[in-house]
Amino acid sequence: MSRLDPQPGERVDRARVISFEFDGKPVEGFEGDTIGSALYASGQRTFSRSFKYHRRRGLLCCAGQCPNCLVAVDGAPGVRACTEPVREGMRVEHMNASPSLDFDLMAVTDRVGSRFTPPGFYYKTFIRPRRLWPLYEKVLRNAAGLGRLARAAREEREWRTEYRRRHCDVLVVGGGEAGLTAAIEAAESGADVVLVDEGLEPGGWLLVDGSVERARELAERARAAGVEILSNAPALGYFDGLVPVWQGSTLHQIRARRHIFATGSLEQPLVFENNDLPGVMLSTGARRLIALYGVKPGRKAVVANDNGVADVLRAAGVDVHVAEADVVKAKGRRTVTAAVLSNGETIDCDLLVVSGGFEPANSLVRQAGANAEAVGEVAASAQCPVPSAHREARGKAFVCYCEDVTAKDFKLSVAEGYDSAELSKRYTTTTMGPCQGRMCGAAASRLIAEETGQSLEGVGTTTARPPWSTVPLGALAGRPFEPAKRTPVHGRQREQGANMLWAGDWRRAYDYGDPQGEALSVHESAGLIDVSTLGKLIVRGPDAGEFLDRLYPNRFSNLGPGRVRYGVLTSDAGRITDDGTVCRLDDDTFYVTTTSSGAGAVEQWFAWWLADWRMDVTLTDVTQGLAAINLAGPRAREIMSRVCDIDVSASAFPYLDGQRGRVAGVPSLILRIGFVGELGYEIHFPSAYGEDVWNRILEAGADHAIRPFGLEPQRILRLQKMHILVGQDTDSESNPYGAAMPWIVKLDKEEDFIGKWALERAVQQPQETALVGFTLPNGDVPTEGAVVLNPDGGPMGQVTSARHSRQLGRTIGMAWVPAALAEDGAGIVISDEGRTLDAEVVTRPFFDPDGEVLRS
Amino acid sequence: MSFVLTCPNCGVREVTDFAFGGEVTERPKSRPSTRELNTYNYFRRNVAGVQREWWYHRSGCRAWFLAERDTRTNDVHWTAMPEAAP
Ligand code: FES
Ligand SMILES: [Zn+2]
Repeated sequence: MSRLDPQPGERVDRARVISFEFDGKPVEGFEGDTIGSALYASGQRTFSRSFKYHRRRGLLCCAGQCPNCLVAVDGAPGVRACTEPVREGMRVEHMNASPSLDFDLMAVTDRVGSRFTPPGFYYKTFIRPRRLWPLYEKVLRNAAGLGRLARAAREEREWRTEYRRRHCDVLVVGGGEAGLTAAIEAAESGADVVLVDEGLEPGGWLLVDGSVERARELAERARAAGVEILSNAPALGYFDGLVPVWQGSTLHQIRARRHIFATGSLEQPLVFENNDLPGVMLSTGARRLIALYGVKPGRKAVVANDNGVADVLRAAGVDVHVAEADVVKAKGRRTVTAAVLSNGETIDCDLLVVSGGFEPANSLVRQAGANAEAVGEVAASAQCPVPSAHREARGKAFVCYCEDVTAKDFKLSVAEGYDSAELSKRYTTTTMGPCQGRMCGAAASRLIAEETGQSLEGVGTTTARPPWSTVPLGALAGRPFEPAKRTPVHGRQREQGANMLWAGDWRRAYDYGDPQGEALSVHESAGLIDVSTLGKLIVRGPDAGEFLDRLYPNRFSNLGPGRVRYGVLTSDAGRITDDGTVCRLDDDTFYVTTTSSGAGAVEQWFAWWLADWRMDVTLTDVTQGLAAINLAGPRAREIMSRVCDIDVSASAFPYLDGQRGRVAGVPSLILRIGFVGELGYEIHFPSAYGEDVWNRILEAGADHAIRPFGLEPQRILRLQKMHILVGQDTDSESNPYGAAMPWIVKLDKEEDFIGKWALERAVQQPQETALVGFTLPNGDVPTEGAVVLNPDGGPMGQVTSARHSRQLGRTIGMAWVPAALAEDGAGIVISDEGRTLDAEVVTRPFFDPDGEVLRS
Repeated sequence: MSFVLTCPNCGVREVTDFAFGGEVTERPKSRPSTRELNTYNYFRRNVAGVQREWWYHRSGCRAWFLAERDTRTNDVHWTAMPEAAP
């Protein structure tokens, strides 16, 4: 154990021991420890294996800034050990080493691999021969990346994040002395202030340099002034004024009028041979271990570029040697054992403390579009040159730890012409690792400057881009929002054996296992289908009739109260957008149904024109407030009469009537429409009674062998009647003339209506193709989408629907065919995945073409 | 793209709450020529600058309203129900 005596202001509570697991072995730490500090205190030096060469890496920054200590916690990869608090029983595992952290087979790449993985190896080594790429890709994919998401974690999706939106006057990013002071000032002058800080508690460097009291006092004052402080909450980027902040299971989206970035500075490493060996540590990292966790970072330290750290180390009982010359090499196999200086000295040590000066952490300011310039202390320290030690390096001197890019790689890429920060970034992938260039951006720019003889300004830095802090993709995705709409009869249908499928947001019964049989029983006796998913709008007001006349190509203002009419909606380009029925309830009120998938769009469409025309009409969407079920078949009337309190005889309740009555005691609107081509009643009633009405009708029809039926039998039945399915039989190009519904368009309407002008033109233009029915004598059923051929053999149309009909004993379908062939008895040729099928055109409904059954 | 809009009914909301209805166009008052009809149906001015446009509060009150926005900066100068729009 390498714990010091309790340090003033240390974060750990030595009275409370926490036990957890690292790679299966038990480890003990204290409450307040991070995984990193507890492991380091227990003697662990290697924390991870590097990305490309699988070299050992140890604690470097102890502040969540570098990539060296990424571990997996309870199956979730990419966690920074040095900032993640320990929890009792947590399972911590290494990443990117196999079979173990101490014995990693891929480490062989460190010795032989660099020849195969020069900068730009993505574009070089694995390119030829071309035909081997699939193999290369497999190997590379396996070798690439750092963590693996445990399968269980993926499947259980137990970890979810929520979004939170917060608007405020001032957002302060960074909870150090400057950030806290600014937040206090703003809040005390009346502003609504949010302060976000990536540390476990606000205070920043104050917590490390012995000013804990002052940090706590400032935080207290800030809270008292009303500042909302979010700790352990890194800001991820700046998006047009929106700053996403990740805090555990919440993604805050913070939008402020003013932003203050008090993000401090980042200590930079030095570049020399083996500068990545465990035991090489930044001065700030060593100081954090001592001050926050009371951990002694080493017994014998060499300090390169002393910035005051030597005294702190000595006070902690470390034997310190301040190097009089540049460090050119770290020696050691598993950890540092000695430092080699440029004056030839070799000094034994188990800790090599380095400091390459400080760089301002200005990414967020630059993302916000500001030009950043360092001033004051940071500017002074930033002058500190990268030692030229790397020039003599025979082994690897790393510039970019994350991506394993060495100084030598840089020289090579400059020699190949990549001589600016942006170019070398793309070529070598420097600055593209988990730390986003925090540890390498500055050194990279200096190296290029040195190699090319340009000024630092000339080399430039890479464009600042989000994310500034790494974040799990799951946090960005938020809680998956997949609405599932279930109809009021959903549960009952499941019990009755329905196979449910997605239809847009809805779950609908596809069939009950026997689509042909279900269809046939509708034809022979009776069937019941849940159509609650239909869009339902109430259009009410003195102008309601005129409003619908303007929206539909046909007329509704002359519809009598209690009557129903079919309507097709078109756009101003004359294209079919939706269809449904309209029932006039009274002079001022219309009940409009839409397709299931079009409900939202139609409401939006109606509301838009209403906003534009400003007519005296109100729109109410009752889609989910009302259930709807359709009872159809020759026995439907008899069954209706058993459950309904109004006269349903053919004379009292004729075809296309809409009447109000009670069905199974429930107040309902009953529409007598030909939904599936048989005598039928569509019953609309309050959703709460869904299952009850459904059950009562089935009971009432039991002796007629009534069956519930699903979407698939419904499609067969509707196809028999050639009822088009908008979006299936029509597309965004179809107008009512092509779709064989010229009767739906009333060009003689005196008022203007949506689509009128385009339809006036369309009616005069000969259509190239027309929508017709077709039938095949034998059992072949063409694929929907199969091509219809022109007489000359070219494609000219396609099959849009095709089903076998047991009732009719043949295949029936709808297809767009050359206009010349759109007449009864014409032969068409369908080319379907290599087969050629001969079909015959039918222009009138296959079943009950004159509607006698419907009207009966 | 990220900015806020003020729904005349609901107040300030993130843009992701809304559906964009495009620039306000003038539907021909009387029977247009083919050219006028096609221009109305298919052509947009797509200005880089201040534009009057439609927005729909999809995840809120489901009202259509008008806004004036600078398409270069996403500064929204005002929002209003159509009858109250300047
Ligand atoms: S060291 Fe992290 S990206 Fe280079
Ligand atoms: Zn609203």
